[in-house]
Amino acid sequence: MTAELGHFALILAFLVAVVQMVVPLIGAHRRWPGWMAMAEPAATAQFLLTGFAFGALMWAFITSDFSLRLVVLNSHSAKPMLYKISGTWGNHEGSMLLWVLIVTLFGAMAAWFGAGLPPTLKARVLAVQSAIAVAFFAFILFTSNPFIRLAVPPFDGQDLNPLLQDPGLAFHPPFLYLGYVGLSMAFSFAVAALIEGRVDAAWGRWVRPWTLAAWIFLTIGIALGSWWAYYELGWGGFWFWDPVENASFMPWLLAAALLHSAIVVEKREALKSWTILLAILAFGFSLIGTFIVRSGLLTSVHAFANDPERGVFILGILAFFTGGALTLYAARAQAMEAKGVFGMVSRESALVLNNILLAVSCFVVFFGTMWPMVAEMFFDRKLSVGAPFFNAAFTPFMVVLGLALPLGSVLPWKRGKLGRAAWSMRYAFGLAVAVTLLVWAMQTGRSALGPVGVFLGVWVTSGAMVDLWSRTGRKGNLGRLFRLPRADWGKAVAHSGLGVTIFAIAGLTAWEQEDIRVTQLGEPFEVGGFTLTLDKVERLAGPNYFATTGSVRLERDGRAIATLRPEKRDYPVARMPTTEAAIDYRIMRDVYVVLGDEQANGGWTVRTYIKPFANWIWAGCLMMALGGALSLSDRRFRVAAGARRAPTGGVPAE
Amino acid sequence: MTGLLKRFMAVLMLVLLALPVAAVQPDEVLDDPLLEERARDLSKGLRCLVCRNESIDESNAGLARDLRLLVRERLVAGDSDDEVIAFVVDRYGEYVLLRPTSDGANMLLWAAGPIMLLLAALTGFFYLRKRASAPAPTEAALTEEERQRLRELLDE
Repeated sequence: MTAELGHFALILAFLVAVVQMVVPLIGAHRRWPGWMAMAEPAATAQFLLTGFAFGALMWAFITSDFSLRLVVLNSHSAKPMLYKISGTWGNHEGSMLLWVLIVTLFGAMAAWFGAGLPPTLKARVLAVQSAIAVAFFAFILFTSNPFIRLAVPPFDGQDLNPLLQDPGLAFHPPFLYLGYVGLSMAFSFAVAALIEGRVDAAWGRWVRPWTLAAWIFLTIGIALGSWWAYYELGWGGFWFWDPVENASFMPWLLAAALLHSAIVVEKREALKSWTILLAILAFGFSLIGTFIVRSGLLTSVHAFANDPERGVFILGILAFFTGGALTLYAARAQAMEAKGVFGMVSRESALVLNNILLAVSCFVVFFGTMWPMVAEMFFDRKLSVGAPFFNAAFTPFMVVLGLALPLGSVLPWKRGKLGRAAWSMRYAFGLAVAVTLLVWAMQTGRSALGPVGVFLGVWVTSGAMVDLWSRTGRKGNLGRLFRLPRADWGKAVAHSGLGVTIFAIAGLTAWEQEDIRVTQLGEPFEVGGFTLTLDKVERLAGPNYFATTGSVRLERDGRAIATLRPEKRDYPVARMPTTEAAIDYRIMRDVYVVLGDEQANGGWTVRTYIKPFANWIWAGCLMMALGGALSLSDRRFRVAAGARRAPTGGVPAE
Repeated sequence: MTGLLKRFMAVLMLVLLALPVAAVQPDEVLDDPLLEERARDLSKGLRCLVCRNESIDESNAGLARDLRLLVRERLVAGDSDDEVIAFVVDRYGEYVLLRPTSDGANMLLWAAGPIMLLLAALTGFFYLRKRASAPAPTEAALTEEERQRLRELLDE
């Protein structure tokens, strides 16, 4: 019964979305306040109905309702409760429902918190947002209905893909979707502004918080996915340039570009049409990402439940929204003339450089991801484009970006001098050179990657610190440091985070150590200064799997550090083995142990990795997200949001 | 050579028995560390044909293991890195290369980034030059509607 109610709520939400797509748009065109105001309750209703449908599906998973086809295919009564809940979106239909739920959530948020927006713009934004929801409601109802019943329900389900039975599933997709779909707000604002024919500083200020929020979620989502791959896939890789990873990375790059160009719109009323274009493209790439995952055109580890027919539907959605928006853009963009005047060397031009590098690097990733398909279709060559290509073609952009960032971030608006910016960064540069030389001396004879990455990382991070310090005035004043706007802190923290991540990736790649061996029980062996002993191997039964668990004693200089328990699991229902690495997480390095097979002579294969600075990769990502959050909480957004309600009285001077 | 043959037979037995295997196995590792390092580097650039976007160095599949052994066999036989790659590509096609070649149509793939960067840099340069020489906008450029509204406000 709940499933039918959920199904019904979903259809109702679809109908509400259709109305919300049409009525406010006409209202805004004719300036009819009643028709425009209709968008707000509709957005709320849409969100509540979709939320109800999602809850109904989750209830079916929690209670293991095996009369639902989706539950049978993706769940099992013995599965732990956490995975029953997160299993709701661990499959195609459920994840699309989560997707559309988030579309309606953002629409509702715009309705609730958009009090400061002009009524016509608000009506148009909500109508465009609703159009996106309509497309995905139709997609779910007509091709991927999660509420289909089975005439003859089986006694039990077929279980969830074991790789997905991990706490990672509870958090990675929701964050990623919040990011993907959050970009739909930027898209809606861009299209609404094109219809409106007006883009000004205020528009830049309205669109920036949404983009920031989407970017924060995307950053966390990607970092979580990368960390999940690190501990789950069994050899400690953290980024594979897999098509689906690229699908999330491309919108991230464009969202980062959009964040920066929206600043120029907000502060200087320039780069308007470019910012609009970026907003359209960023969401376009989110849709391309969905298309890549769902169509199965590009093979990847994420290919659960994909099928070509659905791919065609999503391709249609993609073509309609990006095609339509770009046509509108072509017709209207020239109306957005720039106002600000600035020199060749200025903060504006530095941000243009930032945008060029981010957008072109996104293009490179896109080209590489699509190339195997293009080559097969047009040149009759079946080939692969893997990590070595992306490492070679993408990394240079990040190197230039890292080199330019500290200088660009201290250039003044309008007109600056490169020499002065460089001089203000002398301490950052000196520190970076010193650390690099130290590293170089310590690791003679090994690849240059480590020192180069260390240089960039230290340069970017210390550059961000110098930038923050220079904001406190000529003399430097500690008290003033804490009274700086949150946006300044956000900038410094996010940029430092980027530096930390660059440093960590280079360090991990350059200084990782690996050991593969057959070891006898109780026989110690040495890896990179650590002593490891496989004490015993047990066979245990988990809730829905059988495990072979090793017990490895980790020692350094005769002092016990940890007992690691690497595991191999076998899921009998899903008929799939997985490896669960055991990791001793420390600040400076991880020790990563994987248990292999039993050998004929009684020994066991054990794989050990020493991974320096591994945690720093994700710590850097979290810093970037935190920086974004600090920026988001900046006073000017809060004030702008409530501006209409409190026109007088003002804000006390701080 | 017999040692290798023996090892190869042992591997064959393993494959026939269809035991689950995982990435590089201790018994695959070559005694000569230099050769082994070259083998690892080569393996990282070769695709596991039955996997999704994994190199044979990372893959757990039986076929990947066969390819790893093949690479090592060629190296022990004295092939250069390029000869090993050519040998593998000959048998399995260029699909095994994770780093695409730069011949024929693939030139487009490798050149796309630099060309795009050049175009973007030129566009950016001309935009900036235009902005630098643009006349400063007159701040008081109000529309007729805004002027009307301003008058109303001032009259109040």
